[in-house]
Amino acid sequence: MKMATSSERSPPPFPEDLEPEPDEVGDQDSDDGEDIFLGADNPLEIKMDPSLSASDIASSTKPLSEASSPPVMDILSEPASEASSAPMVDLLMEPASEAFSAPMMNLLMEPASEASSAPMVDLLMEPASEASSAPMNLLMQPASNASGAPMVDFLMEPASDDLKEPPKPDIDPLADIINDTPLSEVKTLVAAMPQEPPSDLFDDEPSELFAEPRQSNTAKQQQTSIFDEPDEDLFSDPLGEASKKPQNDVFKEALAPVAKASNVCGPLSDNYKEDPTDIFTEEAITTLPSAVSTVSVNSKTNGVHSDEEEPDIFAEATVELSLDSPRNDRKKKEAGKPSASAPAPSVSASASKPQPKTLEELEEEVEDKFELNISITNPEKVGDGMNAYMAYKVSTQTTLPMFRSKTFTVRRRFSDFLGLYEKLSDKHTLNGYIVPPPPEKSIMGMTKVKVGKEDNSSAEFVERRRAALERYLQRVVFHPSLLQDPDVREFLERDDMPRAHNTQALSGAGFLKMINRATDSISKMTIKMNESDVWFEEKLQEVEAEDQQLRKLHIMVDSLVGHRKELSVNTGGFAKSVAMLGSSEDNTALSRALSQLAEVEDKMEQLHQEQAASDSFCFAELLADYIRLLGSVRASFDQRMKSWQRWQDAQNMLQKKRETEAKLLWANKPDKLQQAKDDITEWEAKVTQYERDFDRVSATVRKEVLRFEKEKARDFKKQIIKYLESLLQSQQQLIKYWEAFLPEAKAIA
Amino acid sequence: MTSTLDDSEKEKARSVSVDLNNDASLLIDIPDALCERDKVKFTVHTKTTLSSFQKPDFSVPRQHEDFIWLHDTLVETEDYAGLIIPPAPPKPDFESPREKMHKLGEGEATMTKEEYTKMKQELEAEYLAVFKKTVQVHEVFLQRLSSHPILSKDRNFQIFLEYDQDLSVRRKNAKETFGSFFKNMVKSADEVIISGIKEVDDFFEQEKTFLLDYSSKIKDSTARAEKMTRSHKNVADDYIHISATLNSLSVDDNTALKKHLEKFADLFEKLRKVEGRVASDEELKLTELLRYYMLDIQAAKDLLYRRARALADYENSNKALDKARLKSKDITQAEEHQQQCLQKFDKLSESGKRELTSFKGRRVVAFRKNLIEMAELEIKHAKNNMALLQGCIELLKSN
Repeated sequence: MKMATSSERSPPPFPEDLEPEPDEVGDQDSDDGEDIFLGADNPLEIKMDPSLSASDIASSTKPLSEASSPPVMDILSEPASEASSAPMVDLLMEPASEAFSAPMMNLLMEPASEASSAPMVDLLMEPASEASSAPMNLLMQPASNASGAPMVDFLMEPASDDLKEPPKPDIDPLADIINDTPLSEVKTLVAAMPQEPPSDLFDDEPSELFAEPRQSNTAKQQQTSIFDEPDEDLFSDPLGEASKKPQNDVFKEALAPVAKASNVCGPLSDNYKEDPTDIFTEEAITTLPSAVSTVSVNSKTNGVHSDEEEPDIFAEATVELSLDSPRNDRKKKEAGKPSASAPAPSVSASASKPQPKTLEELEEEVEDKFELNISITNPEKVGDGMNAYMAYKVSTQTTLPMFRSKTFTVRRRFSDFLGLYEKLSDKHTLNGYIVPPPPEKSIMGMTKVKVGKEDNSSAEFVERRRAALERYLQRVVFHPSLLQDPDVREFLERDDMPRAHNTQALSGAGFLKMINRATDSISKMTIKMNESDVWFEEKLQEVEAEDQQLRKLHIMVDSLVGHRKELSVNTGGFAKSVAMLGSSEDNTALSRALSQLAEVEDKMEQLHQEQAASDSFCFAELLADYIRLLGSVRASFDQRMKSWQRWQDAQNMLQKKRETEAKLLWANKPDKLQQAKDDITEWEAKVTQYERDFDRVSATVRKEVLRFEKEKARDFKKQIIKYLESLLQSQQQLIKYWEAFLPEAKAIA
Repeated sequence: MTSTLDDSEKEKARSVSVDLNNDASLLIDIPDALCERDKVKFTVHTKTTLSSFQKPDFSVPRQHEDFIWLHDTLVETEDYAGLIIPPAPPKPDFESPREKMHKLGEGEATMTKEEYTKMKQELEAEYLAVFKKTVQVHEVFLQRLSSHPILSKDRNFQIFLEYDQDLSVRRKNAKETFGSFFKNMVKSADEVIISGIKEVDDFFEQEKTFLLDYSSKIKDSTARAEKMTRSHKNVADDYIHISATLNSLSVDDNTALKKHLEKFADLFEKLRKVEGRVASDEELKLTELLRYYMLDIQAAKDLLYRRARALADYENSNKALDKARLKSKDITQAEEHQQQCLQKFDKLSESGKRELTSFKGRRVVAFRKNLIEMAELEIKHAKNNMALLQGCIELLKSN
């Protein structure tokens, strides 16, 4: 699976594990991005680009540098089309006019670095992989005609970081921009180290820098050196256990290359350093003073890194640079990347290493003060007859900068929720993400509502659905990758949502069918697939067993709800009957006691009724949610298998092509030999690509499953406690009622 | 299925439905019972100081049918017409637990072993409870007879207690079963007829209205209480399944959730025990009480019927006497008959009044006792539940 097979030139072979990564980011991003820019572009096509370009780059660095300029232009012009990004466009346009002047490079580079830091948060389990993918993209994309695809990639990347570390990344760069005086230590260090080369380089034309293949080479060397050790470290460890130790190692190792880079590359290296500082400053500023310093010294206009700055400064910065919205920031980063081309990788690679550490910490933080609250309220019937539907008020409260305002509400109908799921599922399921499924359509329940009977069961239905939708949406926004999706934001923010179509496919039986189909194909594929990774095999079995148990439990809880309701009804009947008996009783005290008993039983009826409701709401609904979620989990396993299958098929194909070549050699037919060789090259690339895809999907699935389990444990615990509290409360009430009755019974004479 | 009761268990199950002023001269209990398929063999143990018995302490084996025979002979004894004859104990009903056991066997495949075992235990407990209840009602029947000043002297009763061989009471054959059914029909029709007769005594007039009304109400209440306790039992049974499924879920789980699920399952297992106790205590304290008094009221109604019948007879004899006087024929005979009827009616009225008054007192006392006990048990169980829930919530939160 060596990528280097096709390219003899690339000095040190890329570590194997590294290879799949680039696509991960690029691929996933392009999926997202296609909506925005490319419309219905096939993600697969986009995926192909990097692979092809990868080999190109590996063999020759020149195209890279040549290509690097057009993408910048593209990027600069493209964002302009987006209305929301206006300020950012300004920012980008200015430097553009200066035709690749050094400062502009800096500016562009910074975002790039940030972008590379973004995945770290994202990827709990394999941060290194995604992070390292960023550089790869940078290398490849420009080479590949610098068309829409790479651009899109970059656009999307930053999105992921916004989610995880809400305000921090934004503040850092901006603050830097404003504040030319970073840390004093930093400055001194700067003076000592990279002063000379930077100044030289700055005087030079940036275009020269780009033209020089040397630059990219050096960058590559660093990159590889970085990748070699730390990456392997990371990967050799079980991903799930990406604990602090290996990360620390990586962190240290990563520092060295960065330093090297700064010496060699001059201004470019400065840029690289900025990135690390981003990351490092958050955890350990002192470790990387050199990087910070270089940045500030070199680019006064837009040196972007002092972490210690206060929000005030941040605000000012936003004014000056009109970088106020994260979106702009993101664009900037995107823009930065292509222009950075060759050098960028080393930066992001080194930057990515320390990320695992921050990751978990950050995630903890994020969990603690998750700054996005979503509630669904005010279900309202709109329209009449069979065309009627329920509209729900979706209120969002957030401090996340990715949203336009802090609080906003929109009205959505059920099919909008289904539509959202469909969009998300289309985009993310393919990559192995677990997309939370919405509640199922219920024709029965909805018809009742439509018919307009204001009885208990339809009110209960509406409330149940409201709660289910709320949980669904909360799960979506709680998913770091899904929150980044523009469709999610649109769903939460946009006032006039276009009507979702074809949600019928998801309704009730259809949804079940879908899950069943997934199940079938899983079982089919399990036979074929000899699982290389025991983890997946075990997990899948666990998931299947759990699914069965949950279904069983759900039936049991449903029966409990049924029996409890029955008990409530029967208690009510008994209460009435005892009241009658009491009225017939001729002993006054006994008659009184009996009517008191009737009252107690009446309250018990209520109590049982309420308890049945919380059995259903707190317990049964939780189980139903997770039965559906497990369906999604299985679907993500299914994706992995499919990806594996594709890889295997490609391998078989390659094998055949090689055989053909051998035959041709034997038959001595040189005319066809070239064609055969080309075929082999093509299929080799495909095999590499598919294997990378598979590794990427595997990594995602693994990460997602672990995340899912964590969420599940949290969710269950929360709900169980809630449920037990409801039980506790009803027992408390029960005691109260009986204690009040006791003296009445004793008063019977 | 065979099972026996030991003393300690029976002590707990001892009658609570009736308050009996036990007179030490004649003490009866059923220390042991043996269940063989449909037949239940009770050991009736008597301790007495009365000279009418040959020995002071003896035990005899009796079957349910013997009790029925005793009851029927008492009802048919003319002399006891003015008494409330204690209701015959209901036939042991093991059908419901048996049927459940059968169902359980069928559903065995869908359950985990543990779950099945628990369900089986639960059913066995239920079966045992039915068994205990059966013994209890039979015992109560005898105790009520023994505490009654007149009925305790009954010859048949004494034979029932003393005769150490099998009574080998002849079971009713089909004709007799039909006969008793027919008799019941006649009685019902007769009741309607004589209900037109004007009551001469306000006390009985009131009692009649009260008992008729009360009897239909208590019948309804009994049925509903039964339903209620049954569904409560179902809830408790659901807890078993939930607990078992949670357990198997926790076995498969390897995440942080595992411990929570285990605790949750454990809690449900404990909760179901408490909930099961709540259901069975409600059954014992409430449903059984209502059921017993439903039968007892029927017995009181029977007394009223007999008295009303006597009243009707007396009216008829009056008419017959008038007729005889008119015709001047068989006057003495008619006078005699009229006198007899009057005497009988007066006697019935007198003892009936006494019986009904004591019945009323007995009922109030029994209701009081049971309601207090039930409220206390409900509180106790709810407190248990609360402690369990609180403990579990704290455990979960502390993790």
